Amino acid sequence: MRKTKEKIIEALLSFSGLITILTTIGIIWVLASESFSFFREVSLIDFLTDTEWTPLFTQKHYGILPLLSGTFLVTMIAVMVAMPIGLSIAIYLSDYAHRKFRDTVKPMLEVLAAVPTVVYGFFALTVVTPFLQNIIPGLGSFNALSAGIVMGIMIIPMVSSLSEDALRALPKSLREASFGMGATRFQTAFKVAVPAASSGIVVSIILAFARAIGETMIVAIAAGQQPILTMDPRDAVETITAYIVQVSLGDVQHGSLEYKTIFAAGITLFVFTFILNNISFWVKKRYQEKYE
Amino acid sequence: MSKIKSNRLKDNAFKYFGIFCTFIGLVMLAIFIGNILIEGLGRIDYDFLTNLPSRKAAKAGILTAWTGTAWILGLTAIIAIPLGVAAGVYLEEYGKKNRLASIVEINIANLAGVPSIIYGLLGLEIFVRILNFGGSLLAGAFTLALLILPIIIVATREALKAVPDSLRQASYGMGATKWQTIQYQILPAASGGILTGIILALSRAIGETAPLIVIGALAYVPFVAKTPMDEFTVLPMQIFNWVSRPQHEFVINAAAGIIILLLITFILNGIAVYLRNKWQKKVNW
Repeated sequence: MRKTKEKIIEALLSFSGLITILTTIGIIWVLASESFSFFREVSLIDFLTDTEWTPLFTQKHYGILPLLSGTFLVTMIAVMVAMPIGLSIAIYLSDYAHRKFRDTVKPMLEVLAAVPTVVYGFFALTVVTPFLQNIIPGLGSFNALSAGIVMGIMIIPMVSSLSEDALRALPKSLREASFGMGATRFQTAFKVAVPAASSGIVVSIILAFARAIGETMIVAIAAGQQPILTMDPRDAVETITAYIVQVSLGDVQHGSLEYKTIFAAGITLFVFTFILNNISFWVKKRYQEKYE
Repeated sequence: MSKIKSNRLKDNAFKYFGIFCTFIGLVMLAIFIGNILIEGLGRIDYDFLTNLPSRKAAKAGILTAWTGTAWILGLTAIIAIPLGVAAGVYLEEYGKKNRLASIVEINIANLAGVPSIIYGLLGLEIFVRILNFGGSLLAGAFTLALLILPIIIVATREALKAVPDSLRQASYGMGATKWQTIQYQILPAASGGILTGIILALSRAIGETAPLIVIGALAYVPFVAKTPMDEFTVLPMQIFNWVSRPQHEFVINAAAGIIILLLITFILNGIAVYLRNKWQKKVNW
């Protein structure tokens, strides 16, 4: 009697674990099946090489490149903001700051990541863009620069916290040896600690990339809705995620080609984040140095 | 000698640069919250909280939005907490070495990295179309529950990992079965950590906008939801809708809505941090 109860409970618990696998299967199945019927009407070559994306106009083009360029432009800006700041914070907190200072500042930085993204979108549109317009004349009210900068601020804690963990996981002896040779904190941090923790730092940057690519509300609010192939940060651009939002807000018939475009865009996004995530797992496993 | 000087200089320069970087993000956040308070605080009054949405900015309120957020919070919790905790217990206490567990583990790491808007596409197809929930609260709650499941599972596992093995051995030694041990010893001992994870996950869920837009949550809902099958809006949706309008009065409304949303988010996060500290101090194994 007791044995059957134990078995039933174990089965119930393992079923909950299975739900997570079903979720993954569900995501892949949904994206693949809708995209499959999309690619029966639009050729894959057009999708990958056409330089225009106009599924909602009368003159229809289905080239994903403008959405990809928009996504990567904003992502690059975000990472260029978050990487130097995040890494400097990590190095400062692990190699310079007092323990007490670190323990108070770290949770405060986490607040940056807890703020809902729609709030960051508001920030980009109503504070950062007007500010940038003072510096860059002729900047439109929707642009990639403002969205990218704000997204960068949002992912700072991601870079700083993961990199700091990697730096702090190093054995004390490494730094002590360096100090013993007469090196300054600066030399120790950049010539000993950062190289030794490089795998963890690389992982944090890859994950920041993945996060920025999938971010939606900031770009939907502040970057605009013009799918144009450009690398100029002053332009209004449309990212993959912003396009999905644009279609979802409109009145698109289920089963129509317009409806299927959001799944084709979605699978493109999924592939990129999936690859980035798995590179980060691989780096973590392959290059993690073992210290005794 | 000059070499030493320049090294010292670099060392000190980076110290101040590090402090500058540490505070720049926080200063931006402070500027921004200050800006929102100036814009929106005057707009918050009893009417703002109890009025239905309106085309006129001055008459519009967030009644349907905050009740929708409350509904979503409750329903998502009911769905995600048992599933997440159960999966965490299974992975940590039962399936440590078997194949299924290792596949599930890699899978959870991957799911945690999937953009939230992709969960929206999943919800749109599975819950809205195939299960025919439509753009209802239930479809939204299921979608968000799947989204936060990995967070709850990971937090549960971390909390269970922190429980020392001696507790398990002692319980087995008294003749308890595996489940009795988990139910009466392990789960109570890990409850602080699990609760912290659950609260953080729920605070993430109520801030989400993108997946709900995709499953068809509406920006304009003129009634308060009464059943889980009703159409709905949530605070972030309402804010997004107001931000997208050109008139300045709506921007003020958005700022006021953001104050309420941030208040809820910060309260939840504050509770989580408080619980974590209290729990860490108490445990002395």
